[in-house]
Amino acid sequence: MGSYILRRILYSIPLLLIISFVAFVIINLPPGDYTQIFISQITSQAGVSQADAQQMAAQLEEMYGLDQPFLVQYYEWISGIILRGDFGFSFNYRRPVSEVIWPRLGMTMVIALGSHLVSVVIGGGIGIFSAIKKYGISDTIFTIIAFLGLSIPNFFLALLLMYIISVWFGGDVGGLFSPEYILADWSFARFIDFLKHIWVPIVVVGTYGTARNMRVMRSNLLDVLNEQYVKVARAKGLKSNYVFLKHALRNAVQPIIMYLGMTLPFLIQGAIVSSIVLNLPTTGPVFYNALVNRDMYLAGSFLMMLAVTLVIGNILADILLAWIDPRVRY
Amino acid sequence: MADQNNQQQNNYIQTEDKPEEVLEERTHVETYWGRIWRRFTKNRLSRAGLLIVGFMVLLSLFAPFFSPFDHTNTELRRAYHPPYEINFIDEEGNFHLRPFTYSMEQTLDPETWARIYEPDTSEKHYIHFFVRDWEYEVLGLFELDWHLFGVPEAGNYHMFGTDSLGRDMLSRIIYGSRVSIVVGIFGALVTIIVGTTVGTISGFFGGAVDMLLQRLTELIQMFPQLPLWMALSAAIPADWPAMWVFMGIVMLFALITWTFLGREVRGKVLSYRDSEFVRAAEIMGAGPAYLIVRHIVPNVLTHIIVVGTVTVPQLIIAESALSFLGLGIQPPMISWGVLLDDASTLEAISQYPWLMIPGVFILVTVLGFNFLGDGLRDAVDPYSDEG
Repeated sequence: MGSYILRRILYSIPLLLIISFVAFVIINLPPGDYTQIFISQITSQAGVSQADAQQMAAQLEEMYGLDQPFLVQYYEWISGIILRGDFGFSFNYRRPVSEVIWPRLGMTMVIALGSHLVSVVIGGGIGIFSAIKKYGISDTIFTIIAFLGLSIPNFFLALLLMYIISVWFGGDVGGLFSPEYILADWSFARFIDFLKHIWVPIVVVGTYGTARNMRVMRSNLLDVLNEQYVKVARAKGLKSNYVFLKHALRNAVQPIIMYLGMTLPFLIQGAIVSSIVLNLPTTGPVFYNALVNRDMYLAGSFLMMLAVTLVIGNILADILLAWIDPRVRY
Repeated sequence: MADQNNQQQNNYIQTEDKPEEVLEERTHVETYWGRIWRRFTKNRLSRAGLLIVGFMVLLSLFAPFFSPFDHTNTELRRAYHPPYEINFIDEEGNFHLRPFTYSMEQTLDPETWARIYEPDTSEKHYIHFFVRDWEYEVLGLFELDWHLFGVPEAGNYHMFGTDSLGRDMLSRIIYGSRVSIVVGIFGALVTIIVGTTVGTISGFFGGAVDMLLQRLTELIQMFPQLPLWMALSAAIPADWPAMWVFMGIVMLFALITWTFLGREVRGKVLSYRDSEFVRAAEIMGAGPAYLIVRHIVPNVLTHIIVVGTVTVPQLIIAESALSFLGLGIQPPMISWGVLLDDASTLEAISQYPWLMIPGVFILVTVLGFNFLGDGLRDAVDPYSDEG
């Protein structure tokens, strides 16, 4: 097991390097760079003359090495990350990228993990229930709900929830806190206020996964329950619940675990568009602004971080699978 | 096996009794596709899916016929007009078989200066079907001026209200369906072509080619799709004409989604590559092209179709998300995502909730394609329990 984990980790190192390079290429694809945006910003907003703006942009270019060849820029960026943990500078926020991303990554993780918990517990639970009561009225209703959940774009779900909460119930949506708590210190009241807000993004981001787990769990369990070894176990006179838990469920859970590795980046990307709609302080709106404003180190770092979570998630899922399922060889 | 023998014997015995009738029965052999079709249509959800998708495709093909207005017509006087009601029962409680509507009187709220629309119940305007209005071309073949419905007396009848420039939402949604659905279907087709080609080459030839293509696949799959699409579509130059942007978006989608199909096809091709019928054909002198086209691809075809069908709704959602953010299809071209862009703030949707209607169309269309894909997958799966 140890050597297996080590091998997986070693194999992922060159992969991560290639990923970082591709991410950097993609972020550099758009024509032009931040200096154009910068010039138009300061000439239109700050009233700086065109000539002065050109000069300031040239300084900026020199300061951050934007005038260097592409490969040199990449080298500077990646060596900064590896040697100093420095992800570069965000032009738009005028702060180091890590200062912009890390605080927001925490909130993104809270939403992602919350949605994940919801989708596994509720989705898996309903899936098991549907499989036991298959073709019943509740199964039909849950099937329809699952299809709706799989089909609704999550930004539209966010819009709908926002509309329903604010217009029908007069509630306060958007953001993670009510205005009076935004700058307050953590207290019990602030935490309650936080809970009142956080459930909306968790529902929005978690809906797809919940619906998916419902379907996957149900169909897996139905398949497994039809297997001969389950019938044999029953025929031997084992208790029905015992057969269900030890023989059927254990095998049906496997695809959900395999999916675990993909969930984290999947949830983070699901949170991108809905966070923009709900105006949440997560990484989604930052990434979007970075793309629009050609804030390339910020966008590139975010893209790379997502890819890294995918790689790590896949390794963890494989390890978990090897640990849970003795048939998996490594 | 024993069952089969028994049956044959039974048939044989019966043929002696009633030869003609049974002969007929024995010559009816269900074809492969016939069996899939039977199993597919047996499923209630897949029938619903077929109906929804069929309806949406018709809507987009004959968009001008279904649209009561030219979707580009602006009328600022009627900006943000709420949807008209469709009534069957009038003020006195009488039932009318032909639906009618009241014209809306516009007043200004004296305090907030907001527009208020109130129905004027004194006069009924009946909805007419198959009215003649502005001219359009049907599929680029001939000109026509028939429209499904209209309210000639009222002049303006906005079933789903109007947008910020007073354009008819219903007509815009119907026209928007063209781009939304074509992005999905066209993108899925390109996905199928690229995925099948790469998967087949990779699985059939193996070796260094396979190694290279598989590493490329892995690399693309290492990135989460949506952020990658966002980053790539941000690279589409802003000064491109709308049609180019549209093609660019489709290509971006296909560029990333083909990997999944490529993997699956490769796996299938690998297993067929070593099967006896392919080996036999090879020994008899068949070249690689013949083997692939005649023996391998037909066996993988159903699988490809299933994956293609489930790709369509994913692309429709992706396009709507990108366009909603302003990174996808660019106006004046409209898709449902572009239309939803107007409904992106709480202020907009709380005052003009009808701007969210395009989202319902996305939901229903994606639902239809999901039903279709799910039903198809069950129908081609020989191990699924039904039929």
